[in-house]
Amino acid sequence: MRGLETVIGLEIHVQLATATKLFCGCRADYFAAPPNTLTCPVCLGMPGALPVLNRKAVEYALRVALALGAQVKRRSHFDRKNYFYPDLPKGYQITQRQVPLAVGGELRFWVEGEERRVRIRELHLEEDAGKLVHTPAGALVDMNRCGVPLVEIVTEPDLRTPGEAKEFLRALRTLLRHLGVSGADMEKGELRCDANLSLARDGEWGVKSEIKNLNSFRGVERALAAAAAWQRERLERGEEIRLATFGWDEGRERLLLQRAKEEAHDYRYFPEPDLVPLEVSEELLEKVRAGLPELPWARRERFVREYRLSSREVEVLLGEPELADYFERVAAAVGEGREAANWILTEVLRFWQGSPPLPAEELALLIQKVRKKEISRTTAKELLEEAIGGKESLERLLAGRAVRQLTDEAELEKLAREAMSQHPQAVADFQAGKTQALGFLVGQVMRKTKGRADASKLAQIFQRLLAS
Amino acid sequence: MDLQATLNSLREGNVSLSQIIVSLWEAIERREEELRAFISLADPDQLVRDGEELAGLPLAGLPIAIKDNLITRDFPTTCGSKILSGFRPPFDATCVARLRAAGAQVQGKTNLDEFAMGSSTEHSAFGPTRNPHDPERVPGGSSGGSAAAVAAEEALAALGTDTGGSVRQPAALCGVVGLRPTYGRVSRWGLVAFASSLDTVGVLARSVRDAALLLSLIAGPDPRDATCLPLPPENYLESLGEGALDGLRIGVPKEYVPAELSPAARALVDRWCALAREQGAEVVEISLPLTEYALPTYYLIASAEASANLARYDGVRYGLRLPGEQVAQMMAATRTAGFGREVKRRIALGTFALSAGYYDQYYGKAQRVRTLIAREFQAAFREVDLIMGPTSPTPAFRLGEKEDPIAMYLSDVFTLPSALAGLPAISIPGGEVEGLPFGLQLIAPRLAEGKLLGAAYALEQVLG
Ligand SMILES: [Zn+2]
Repeated sequence: MRGLETVIGLEIHVQLATATKLFCGCRADYFAAPPNTLTCPVCLGMPGALPVLNRKAVEYALRVALALGAQVKRRSHFDRKNYFYPDLPKGYQITQRQVPLAVGGELRFWVEGEERRVRIRELHLEEDAGKLVHTPAGALVDMNRCGVPLVEIVTEPDLRTPGEAKEFLRALRTLLRHLGVSGADMEKGELRCDANLSLARDGEWGVKSEIKNLNSFRGVERALAAAAAWQRERLERGEEIRLATFGWDEGRERLLLQRAKEEAHDYRYFPEPDLVPLEVSEELLEKVRAGLPELPWARRERFVREYRLSSREVEVLLGEPELADYFERVAAAVGEGREAANWILTEVLRFWQGSPPLPAEELALLIQKVRKKEISRTTAKELLEEAIGGKESLERLLAGRAVRQLTDEAELEKLAREAMSQHPQAVADFQAGKTQALGFLVGQVMRKTKGRADASKLAQIFQRLLAS
Repeated sequence: MDLQATLNSLREGNVSLSQIIVSLWEAIERREEELRAFISLADPDQLVRDGEELAGLPLAGLPIAIKDNLITRDFPTTCGSKILSGFRPPFDATCVARLRAAGAQVQGKTNLDEFAMGSSTEHSAFGPTRNPHDPERVPGGSSGGSAAAVAAEEALAALGTDTGGSVRQPAALCGVVGLRPTYGRVSRWGLVAFASSLDTVGVLARSVRDAALLLSLIAGPDPRDATCLPLPPENYLESLGEGALDGLRIGVPKEYVPAELSPAARALVDRWCALAREQGAEVVEISLPLTEYALPTYYLIASAEASANLARYDGVRYGLRLPGEQVAQMMAATRTAGFGREVKRRIALGTFALSAGYYDQYYGKAQRVRTLIAREFQAAFREVDLIMGPTSPTPAFRLGEKEDPIAMYLSDVFTLPSALAGLPAISIPGGEVEGLPFGLQLIAPRLAEGKLLGAAYALEQVLG
């Protein structure tokens, strides 16, 4: 069917990387902790226990709100969302419904070099629930995650393709990592996404399909594409589309119908009487604003302008703030960014696991030595791998090899002649037309000089000598 | 002899801790089988042994009874409900911890209407408590166990909780002193929530000075309760003096002395006014026309909050659990078996009041009326220093007499408005009606506990 436009909106849950939970003193970093070891009467919802708001979580949420240019409510409050589930110990979730922490704002991001802006509807704080662990003996409950602070970000329906939705999420992850408020790792559940999709014709919106709990970028794109196809097929067959909620089977890449909207919950929201309204002072807002780092889109523009990097390169470097910081340190030490980016993207990135595999100064030193032709590119790559893999610092490796590239024409020729006299067969082979014999001869010299010889110059010399 | 007098004798060496505990247990042996004020009791010998080390502290090892919806580390906490059977809390309520820090010991846990929902202590899974003045009658509620224990001299003093009148009304019906502090003056940490925006920890005592002493010990800020006011504790004993009524303006709302009040009760109110005037107070009639809206407002708000507060009792983590095919059936079976009728009634009412489409009509409107009631009190306190009237319209009624829930709710009509406004109030013995105790209530502006206790103390002296 033509004339149908896809309309997508997202609801994203971001786990905040605070030291403690949203309403109690329990440690919030539950990853790999044994079940039910990070709990207390408050997060277990014991009778008589009361929540106390974690101010740090408020600051983190404000960082996100200000970075998105949202309007922070000077006075918001918490509400109770009531439903029964074994992983919800109080029988309600403390969230913000009537007056969220912030409204409005937008996220800027790029799809294939083109800028997009998606408006934010609202942003609020809430607590996470526990987790059910299914075993053959039955379901068990792990409350470690219960009460971990979440920021929920709701977008306006401004996204138009599943791919764009994925890029939006990537950009959001980049922002969250730059702000230092969340690991934003989808695989670890630090970033979770619910998506709404409908098809619009001539600006008139159709009925929404909701997809819950998307836990990977690929999943977001695939699930939205599947939902769009599902709606399209129905429309083509002239069928009516009803409000529905789907899950997503990540392995089989299939939508799973969870419930039709008629069975929708009534969550009976009402203001949380155990907490006082959340007042955000001008002072606090100023403090948070002053602590904001350079935002990814500003940094992106600067990288393109200052270092002349391509859109794709910037994308990769900004994907992790530590990587971007590393790049900037190397670029500063080398004195320019183009070469630094090449080295990082082609050689260092594959060893990158969240932190620099080699100190920025050492990489810069290596790059400078290549630029001054003190060592060959090949040697530099070898040294890089040795330095990353081994225990010795680059400086010691350099000293050990006493590397100084052999570029002297005369010396190279002497070495070449030596090799030719030691390997007459190779000379004969080359002259008989077996050109690979040249590689063999170059290799012999390289081995003898421990890679210090300038390989391209050497090849030229061999060719000259063998031709004569 | 009240707590303060007992403490004085103990310090002067006229009596030992052991003798005090023995005499309390004599009363318990004499009356407890009939009254059923306690759900659980400490071992008196243990209290005597442990108490020796506490001699140097303000409460010197004396036992205090604790209402069983206040969390205690060393006693089960049942809230008068089957649903919490077997539950052993891992911590102490702040008020209990503060009493212990002052040298008190927990004497036992007192009976209550299940989850503090009631005005007669008939709605307890452990059976009713009876009124020491007439065992055919109720002690009031929901802190009926605490009030009866103090009235029967089984306890020197007790902690209770007051959501809509649950300390003041049983104090009135049992002829003891019952104090409800300003909302937020005493931490709610460890008070098992019924209606969070109304719940307060209060004191039941034999005298106003005992109430002042205990409030001084339990009040004050607590970082574990976000709604607890960040104000330093006060020594309320300093507010007590003979001349406290001199120059005070006391308002008697005409809505608190309605035509339905018995002639004997009206005569008592007249006597209180006369006594206050004799003490130098000016007594004037005032009007609080919103009084009649307090009851529906209270039942909507309290039940709405209760419907959420009681959702945690689902059989998953502690307390009762009944079998069920699936989790939902397990939860339903557990809650059906674990809660009594009154609790279910209020959960149903609260759930309805919060449901989509009815929220504005019920809960939303109740919140707006609550604000108006609070403003009405504020306006009244621009004219008068304190408000005076009966605590409850009638003295203690018979067990089973108020089968109709609305008739039961009406016994709180004079305590609900001030609870909705979060104000401090006290009930002191005001005389007798039909040979039964009848309570005099004083209501003060927010945080004016000093003024409230001072006036109550002065009236207590002349009421005899
Ligand atoms: Zn906790």
